[in-house]
Amino acid sequence: MSQVELKSVTKRFKTKTLGLVTAVQNFNLTIREGECFSFLGPSGCGKTTTLRMIAGFEDLSDGEIWLGETPVSVKAKNLYVLPENRGLGMVFQAFAVWPHLSVFENVAFPLQVRSESRSEIEKKVKEALRQTNLSGLEWVYPSDLSGGQQQRIALARAIVTSPRVLLLDEPLSNLDPKLREIMRFEIKELQRKYNFTIIYVTHDQAEAMALSDRMLVMDMGVIMQVDTPQNMYNNPINQFVFGFLGLSNFLTVEWADGKVYPVGKKDNPLDCAIPAGFPERRAVMALRPNEIELVTEGGLRTAIKQRIFLGDFIEYRVQVGETELRIQSIRDQGFRVGDNCGLKFSRIKWYSAKKDKSDEERERRKII
Amino acid sequence: MKLLLRTGVGTNQWGNNSLFNLNSLLMILCVLILFVTVAMPMTMIIYGTFFYGFKLEWKIFLDVVLDPANITSMWNTIIIAFWVTTIGTVIGLFYAWLIGRSDIPFKGFMKTLFIIPYMFPPFIGAMAWGLLLAPQSGYLNKLYMSATGALEPLLNINSIWGIIFVEICYYFPFVFIQVVSALERMDPTLEESARIAGANQFYVIRRITLPLVLPAIASGAMLILISSLSHFGVPAILGFSQNIFTLPTKIYELINRSSGSFEGIRQGAALSVLLVIVVVAALWLQRKILKSGHYDIIRGKSMRPMVIQLRSFKIPLLGLCLGTLLFIVVAPLFIIFAVGMLKAYGLPLSLENMTLRNFEYVLFHSQMVRDAIGNSFVLAIMAAIISMFVGTMIAYVVVKVDVKGKSLLEILSLLPYSVPGIVLAIGVILMWSGAFYINLYNTIWIILIAYIARYVAFAMKSSSASLQQVHSSLEEASRSCGATYTESLIDITLPLIRPGMIAGFFLIFLPVMRELTTSVLLYGPFSRTLGVAIYSINSEGNTVQAAALSGVAIIIIMLGELTLRFITRERKG
Repeated sequence: MSQVELKSVTKRFKTKTLGLVTAVQNFNLTIREGECFSFLGPSGCGKTTTLRMIAGFEDLSDGEIWLGETPVSVKAKNLYVLPENRGLGMVFQAFAVWPHLSVFENVAFPLQVRSESRSEIEKKVKEALRQTNLSGLEWVYPSDLSGGQQQRIALARAIVTSPRVLLLDEPLSNLDPKLREIMRFEIKELQRKYNFTIIYVTHDQAEAMALSDRMLVMDMGVIMQVDTPQNMYNNPINQFVFGFLGLSNFLTVEWADGKVYPVGKKDNPLDCAIPAGFPERRAVMALRPNEIELVTEGGLRTAIKQRIFLGDFIEYRVQVGETELRIQSIRDQGFRVGDNCGLKFSRIKWYSAKKDKSDEERERRKII
Repeated sequence: MKLLLRTGVGTNQWGNNSLFNLNSLLMILCVLILFVTVAMPMTMIIYGTFFYGFKLEWKIFLDVVLDPANITSMWNTIIIAFWVTTIGTVIGLFYAWLIGRSDIPFKGFMKTLFIIPYMFPPFIGAMAWGLLLAPQSGYLNKLYMSATGALEPLLNINSIWGIIFVEICYYFPFVFIQVVSALERMDPTLEESARIAGANQFYVIRRITLPLVLPAIASGAMLILISSLSHFGVPAILGFSQNIFTLPTKIYELINRSSGSFEGIRQGAALSVLLVIVVVAALWLQRKILKSGHYDIIRGKSMRPMVIQLRSFKIPLLGLCLGTLLFIVVAPLFIIFAVGMLKAYGLPLSLENMTLRNFEYVLFHSQMVRDAIGNSFVLAIMAAIISMFVGTMIAYVVVKVDVKGKSLLEILSLLPYSVPGIVLAIGVILMWSGAFYINLYNTIWIILIAYIARYVAFAMKSSSASLQQVHSSLEEASRSCGATYTESLIDITLPLIRPGMIAGFFLIFLPVMRELTTSVLLYGPFSRTLGVAIYSINSEGNTVQAAALSGVAIIIIMLGELTLRFITRERKG
C-alpha cells in the first residue's frame, strides 16, 4: 500500500525580484509504507517546499496529495486538510522545542491536545523519552540542554503519538559531524522499531544514502531521478545528479577521425572508444577522483600540479586544457609536483554537453 | 590630529599606563556628570522633604501625604495608570497579532500607521479630544445634541475616563511595537510544530505564541505603566477644569500656586517622593504579575510564518483597523487644523469661517511664540548633542572598559528612565536655584540640565547597542597594525558606531521638541518652550491660536520623524 502519494504537485511563488518562480514542478511520487525516503538537493531546489506541502503548511498551486487512502490536498476540488488534522510527526532543522515548557511538557503536548488521560500521557511520554535516551531529564528546561538533546526532544515529541508518517526537515544539519552520525543511526533504529514511513529532507548526500531505502535528487523544482541509493550512485541520470552524489571531475571532450581528445587539444588524445548517442561530436566525461589512474607511460599526457597528503589517500591535481582534475589514489606511486604522467580512466559516464532546462532556470535566478 | 595624539596620551612606551589613565579619566568624568545631573537632584528632593536646615523633620512629608486632596490625586493616578496599562496592553496585543499573524491586507502600510499615535504629542491629542468631546463645546457633542435633540452631551472627555481614553490612544503603540517585532523575530517552526502535533490555531496562540511573546508584552506594558503614572499633559489639559488631579498635575499646581516660594517647592518635593514610591510599587507589582523569563526565540531560516486565514472576518477586521486609525489619528489631526483655521472658537466648522490669520499670527506676530520655537530648537539641538556624547562615553565605559564600579554608572544613567519628568524637574530646581551658589532659575540653562539628565539614558542605550556589535577583534586588528589605543578608538570604533550616535541624536531631539512635563515647571518669562507656549495659550483660552500652534508643532515633529526613518533606513541598506 502506498503511504504518501503526490500527483502532479506544482507550487508557484510570486517573488519581488524574480517574478513568478516555480518552486516545485509537476511532482509525481509514490512513497511506500514503512519506507525511508529522502529528498536530496541543493538549497532552494524545492525539497523543503514539497515537505511543507505534505505537512499542510503550504497550499498547492496544482495537483493532489494523498496520505494512504485519504486525500489531504486536492487543488481541483479546493480540498485542504489543516496540518493539525493530518496526523503526522515532524522534526524541524532548528529543533523548535518550546523554551517555556519542560522536556516532559514538550513531549506531552501532542497527547494533551488529543485529551488523552493522565496515566496514558505519563506512560507514552516515559516510553518516548526512553526510546530517545532522554530518561531522567523530564523536568529540565530545553535551554539547559545541548543541541543533540534538544533534537532528541523534538524527535520524542514527533513519535509520541505513533504517527504513520514522520517528516524530517534537515534534522541533523545544526549538529556537529560526530553527533550527526550517532543521531542518524538512532533515527534508523527508531524506524526499525516503530516501522513508520519516513520522509527525510537533506542536502547531505552521505546522510541520504546512509538512511534511505529510496531517494530522489531534485533541482530547480524538478525531480531528476528516483532510485535506491546504490543504483543512483552507480548510474546517475545526468551531470547534475552525478555531481551532487560525490566528488566529481567533468571533462568536456570532442572527437574527430576516430580519436577522442579534450576540447582544443587534438594532439593529446585519450585512449577510449567514441561514445554513442552524441551526434554533435562533443560530450562531458564524468569521473570520480578515485576512478582515474596515474601512469608513467601512455594515457592522456599531463603533469602533476599539486600533491596533497590526506592520510587515507593522496590527492593529486593535474591540468587538462582548461579543466583541473582531482585524482585520489590510495597507494603512493612516488609522483611529485612537476613530474610528467599519464591518465587512464575507468567507468566513464558520458553526459550531453548541451545546456538543459534547469541550467537555464539556474542562470535566470542568478542573473537577476 | 594624528601627530597630536602621538605626543599626547597614547605613546607606545607608556601604552599600558596611559590606557589605564585614559579609561579612568573617562570613568571619573562620566560619574561626575551623572552625579551632578542625576544623583544630586534626586538627593536634593529627599533632603528637601525630610530636612529643614540640617534637622530631620517629618512634618511636611506627613502633612502632604495625609492631605485628603493629595490622597485623592494619588488614587486618580493609580486608577488611570491601571486602566491605561490594562486596556492599552490588550489593544496593542490584539493589533500586533492581527498585523503579525493574520492575512489582513496592507500589513506594511498599517504597521506604519499604527506607529503614528506614538509620535503624536499626547497633550496635543488631549487638546484635540477636548475640542471634539468637551461636554458643552465639543464639536462631536454639539453635532450629537443637535441631531438627536438630546440635552445631555454624548460623552464627557473632561473626566477620569476621558483621560484614560486619550492616554490609551497614544500609549498602546508601546505594546504594539514590542510585540510586533517579537512576532517577526520568532521562529515560525515553534508554532508549526504545535500545529503538526495536532493543536488548532487558537490552542497554539494560547499555549505557544502568547507565552513566548510574554517578555515583549511585559516590557511594553512597563513602558505604558511608567509613562502613564508620570504623565502630566493629558490630565492637566482635560482634568484641571473639573478639579480632577493626578500626582504630577497636583505637584505642578502646588508649585504654581505658591508661585515658586521655597515652601511650595518643598511641598512639591514631598509629593514627588510619594509619586516615586507609587511608581516603584507599581513596577514591583507588575513584575510580580507578569513574571517572565527571557527566551531565545530568534528564527533560524528566513521563512514566512503561517498566517491565519481570517476568511469572512477579513473585511470587518480591516474596517476595525482603519476605523481605529481614523478615530485616533485622523479625527484629532483634522480638528486641530480645522479649529486652527477658525476665525473664533465656537463658530461652526464651515468654509466661510475659515482663515489663515491664526497661523500667520503665531508664526510671525507673536514674539512669545517665536521665542518659544527658537528656545525649543536650541534646547533640542544642544540637549541632543550633549546627551549623545555623554551617553556614548558612558556606553563606551560600560561596554568596552573593565573598570570597577561601572555597574553604578549604568544604574545612574538608566535611573531617569523610571523617574517621572516632573520629579526630576523639582530636583533640578532645588539644586540649581542658588543652593550651591549657582542660580539658573528662569533661564533656559536649567531646562537644558534637566533634559540632559532625562535623555542621556536614550543616547546610552542607542550607542551601547551599536558598540556591542563592534567586535573587539576590530580594535585589536587596528592595534596590531601599529595604531595606538586612542587612534584605534578614533579611527575604527567611533566611525563604526556613528550611525547609532546619529539615531541617538534624533531619539533625543524629537521628544525634546514636543516636551511639556519638565519644562512646564522650569520655564521663566523668557524661556518658554514650544510645549509650554501651546499649553499657556490654551489655558489662557485662546483656543484657536493654541490649535494653530499645535498644527505647526505637529508638522515640525512629523518632519523630524520622517528624517529619522530615512536615516535609519539608509543604515540598514
